[in-house]
Amino acid sequence: MSEMLLEVDRLTMRFGGLTAIDDLSVAVPKGKITSIIGPNGAGKTTFFNCLTGFYKPTEGSVRMHHPVHGPLLLNEMPSYHVARKAGVVRTFQNIRLFPNMSVLENLIVAQHNALQAASRFSLAGLFGRAGFRQAREAALEKAEMWLTRLKLIELADTAAGNLSYGTQRRIEIARALCVDPLLLCLDEPAAGLNPRESAELNELLLYLSREHGKGVLLIEHDMNVVMRVSDHICVLNFGTKIAEGTPEQVQNDPNVIKAYLGEEDADDKEAA
Amino acid sequence: MTTHAHHLPNVASRLKDATGIALVSLLLGVPMIGLKTVDAGGALAIATRWPWLLAFVATMFVGRLVLQFVLDHVKLNKAKRARTRPEIGATRPWLKWIGYAVVGFALVLPIAFSGNRYVVDTATTVLIYVMLGWGLNVVVGLAGLLDLGYVAFYAVGAYTYGLLSTHFGWGFWETLPVAGAAAATFGVILGWPTLRLRGDYLAIVTLGFGEIIRLILVNWTDFSGGPNGIGSIPRPTFFGLPFSPDSDAGPTFASFFHLEYSPEHRVMFLYYLILVLALLTNLFVSRMRKLPVGLAWEAVREDEVACKALGMNVTNVKLSAFAIGAMLGGFAGVFFAARQGFISPESFVFSESATILAIVVLGGMGSQLGVVIASVLLVLLPELGRDFSEYRMLMFGAAMILIMVWRPGGLIAHREPTYRLGKQGAKA
Amino acid sequence: MGQLIQQLINGLTLGSVYGLIALGYTMVYGIIGMINFAHGDIYMIAAIIAVTVLTLLGSLGIMAVPVALLITLVVAIIFTSVYGWSVERIAYRPLRNASRLAPLISAIGMSIFLQNMVQLTQGARVKPINALLPGGFELFTSNGFTVHLAYTQIMIIVVTAVLLAVFTWLITKTSFGRQQRACEQDRTMTALLGINVDRTISMTFVIGAALAAVAGVMVTVYYGVVDFSIGFLAGIKAFTAAVLGGIGSLPGAMLGGLIIGMIESFWSAYLSPEYKDVATFVLLILVLMFRPSGLLGRPEVEKV
Repeated sequence: MSEMLLEVDRLTMRFGGLTAIDDLSVAVPKGKITSIIGPNGAGKTTFFNCLTGFYKPTEGSVRMHHPVHGPLLLNEMPSYHVARKAGVVRTFQNIRLFPNMSVLENLIVAQHNALQAASRFSLAGLFGRAGFRQAREAALEKAEMWLTRLKLIELADTAAGNLSYGTQRRIEIARALCVDPLLLCLDEPAAGLNPRESAELNELLLYLSREHGKGVLLIEHDMNVVMRVSDHICVLNFGTKIAEGTPEQVQNDPNVIKAYLGEEDADDKEAA
Repeated sequence: MTTHAHHLPNVASRLKDATGIALVSLLLGVPMIGLKTVDAGGALAIATRWPWLLAFVATMFVGRLVLQFVLDHVKLNKAKRARTRPEIGATRPWLKWIGYAVVGFALVLPIAFSGNRYVVDTATTVLIYVMLGWGLNVVVGLAGLLDLGYVAFYAVGAYTYGLLSTHFGWGFWETLPVAGAAAATFGVILGWPTLRLRGDYLAIVTLGFGEIIRLILVNWTDFSGGPNGIGSIPRPTFFGLPFSPDSDAGPTFASFFHLEYSPEHRVMFLYYLILVLALLTNLFVSRMRKLPVGLAWEAVREDEVACKALGMNVTNVKLSAFAIGAMLGGFAGVFFAARQGFISPESFVFSESATILAIVVLGGMGSQLGVVIASVLLVLLPELGRDFSEYRMLMFGAAMILIMVWRPGGLIAHREPTYRLGKQGAKA
Repeated sequence: MGQLIQQLINGLTLGSVYGLIALGYTMVYGIIGMINFAHGDIYMIAAIIAVTVLTLLGSLGIMAVPVALLITLVVAIIFTSVYGWSVERIAYRPLRNASRLAPLISAIGMSIFLQNMVQLTQGARVKPINALLPGGFELFTSNGFTVHLAYTQIMIIVVTAVLLAVFTWLITKTSFGRQQRACEQDRTMTALLGINVDRTISMTFVIGAALAAVAGVMVTVYYGVVDFSIGFLAGIKAFTAAVLGGIGSLPGAMLGGLIIGMIESFWSAYLSPEYKDVATFVLLILVLMFRPSGLLGRPEVEKV
């Protein structure tokens, strides 16, 4: 069993009378890819919003085992601390780049906290002190590294909003990587990608988890991605976990088939 | 593929559309243009202006037809342009050169127009607006926060100087940092509770704050002199040398430099003073833009949620923009008080905030040069004649709507990226 | 005691007017999620139109109070509604999918435009009219203080109550009301269901303007003086009322209006009339600080 990075314990999220997530427990290990799948409206994005501080869960806890800071309760942090202190960084289903800024600038903004500290809250920066210049160089280097790795380097100086959908998805991942996340939460990264881009994404996700030891938490509909890269899959339906396990286990689970194909179809299949 | 593009609506439907517009215009026009209540010996009486109404409706009818005709013919191009954002990769060095040319012109202006006090005075007014515009640009243009009470910070600066100089004999230069700090403090006090909320709330709270400050200045007579304001505020000196004709109390500017006393010295000095303040503002803002905090301002304008997800404390970022904008407004206020020698709440009404906002919006949010062009335009137009000054605010209002609908980037919609890799990066 | 009752009556009157304007803010906010900064000016336009109509009726010799009032209301509602409709078409509809700053700026532009347009076309001077409904009841006297209830105050309270009944019926029972509420929930989904979202939004502006028109007419009759600048303050106060009640909540807007009306009349009577406007603004800031969702509103969930 590999080292656990994130432990979600009995998480419940209610909006008025609607229970979007019901008593959900999930664990995400380091250096592995964990996928959350489930039909539309199963509560996947709500789950992400609870993890990353955008929603305050009604009940339950989200615990991050940070190598330096020790265990951190994400559900009690202000949303910006989730990325800054706990190292949990997310992307969005409906891509959220800074469209009028260049690709490079998008990646520099992700390093804001480090740069801001180096600029001594602008005072050292205003007078061009050496420490700040070094931090600036380092930030540019890191951005360049990820841009090169994600084959975006040629587009560094283009406005992010002008680029194609697939490219924007890659930029969003590159930007998240510039925060140096321990856990990367990707919300449907394969949506709108063509088969070639999708294959590249698989390769990237494996590279990040295996080579960089990052935990990856994935929400995805594209089964080509999910089944090929996931180490562990958790299936949600109506806010509850209906199955979990390896890709093979999940694929053969009758509950999962029912949830995806509907009650009757599943019966037909069994009859056949 | 082209059949759709060449399919233009027929004349009948265009006429129908224009008739609809004319009908709406008629309904809008009857109570405002067609009829007017006038004072007739103590009571109101009705006056009619039917020819005007007719002209208005006809203008709208013809205008709509022309507009539709134009739209039909440029629709294709426009649709294409709307999809692509201004290409930030391409540099525009000429913009920089225009900037230098403008600064050069500003430097020689009082010499070129020496003897023409009116020109130098007007140029000083322009520069006050430029400085205010650059200050507000940090808030609106860069951080994307709508501040409708900017004039309140201008008032804080002006009254700080007015009070400190008349009660405690503080000079211009000592007051400047204090006034800036006071305005920034007000900015923080106001911004801290509201910047966490939606942008619309900030707009209305700043609007309310502008009014609170004005009402306090009007009503708290012991403190601010009430509607009468504060008079005989000392004028700034040239490093301690006053601009006065007599030299009994010590050397004056004229006597020290062995010049013939002329009231124009002060006019020119004030001009150069505000020019220096404005250029310092520009330098400061340009530098801040290149720092992490400046980039963060723009990122917050673009997408607040994404900023949070990247670990940015969005409230602090906004607060810094708000406080810096307020501080710059406070500086401009000190200069205003020193130049006028007299301040009253009359100078700090909402329409002044609206004017500064119009300068930022028209100039292109975030553009330094745009602010200069818009300031020149907005100060000079009313100077051209009474008619223009009467219609000034009307035109500002209409321009703000039109700019937002047609060209949200403003007159100069160009953004220079703060960081670039350039060729060497592409090779790596 | 007498003073207290008197201020309650005055506050109720004033509050009814603010509540009617606040309904317009809250409806528009509910449906397009933005503040219609020009709404206060719509109210001002209604008041100016009321002055014109009343003057016109006076010169025609139509002085019977119910007839004159009814005609004025109908005419003001019609013309003001056209203004409300046009404002949406010109300043908001083209920007429905623009960045969040653009519609705010164009709304401010519209407000500035309308105010100056009226100043230019109708003149900057205060417009006084003859009292349409002078007099009232003397309710009682205690400690030498006589409590008055003016006919105009009764009119305002009664008209507001009737209007609210009609308005509640419109929103809860009619198909327009259902469409309006559907658009508030989810505009895209509503459009997919074949409902004309553009028309529903237009109608929301028209109804908001009509309510503001009623408020404008009543204020004209109540105070007897109107000028081009009354929209600014009334707008901010009604907005404060909407926020206090919980923006997006219709009963909240009315409740907020009444509270603001009360605060204003009590503040003027017991504390200092000069600072009554400051009191409203400070209240606005306090509400936003400590309870941004207002008294009856639901907390806003950020859509991610």
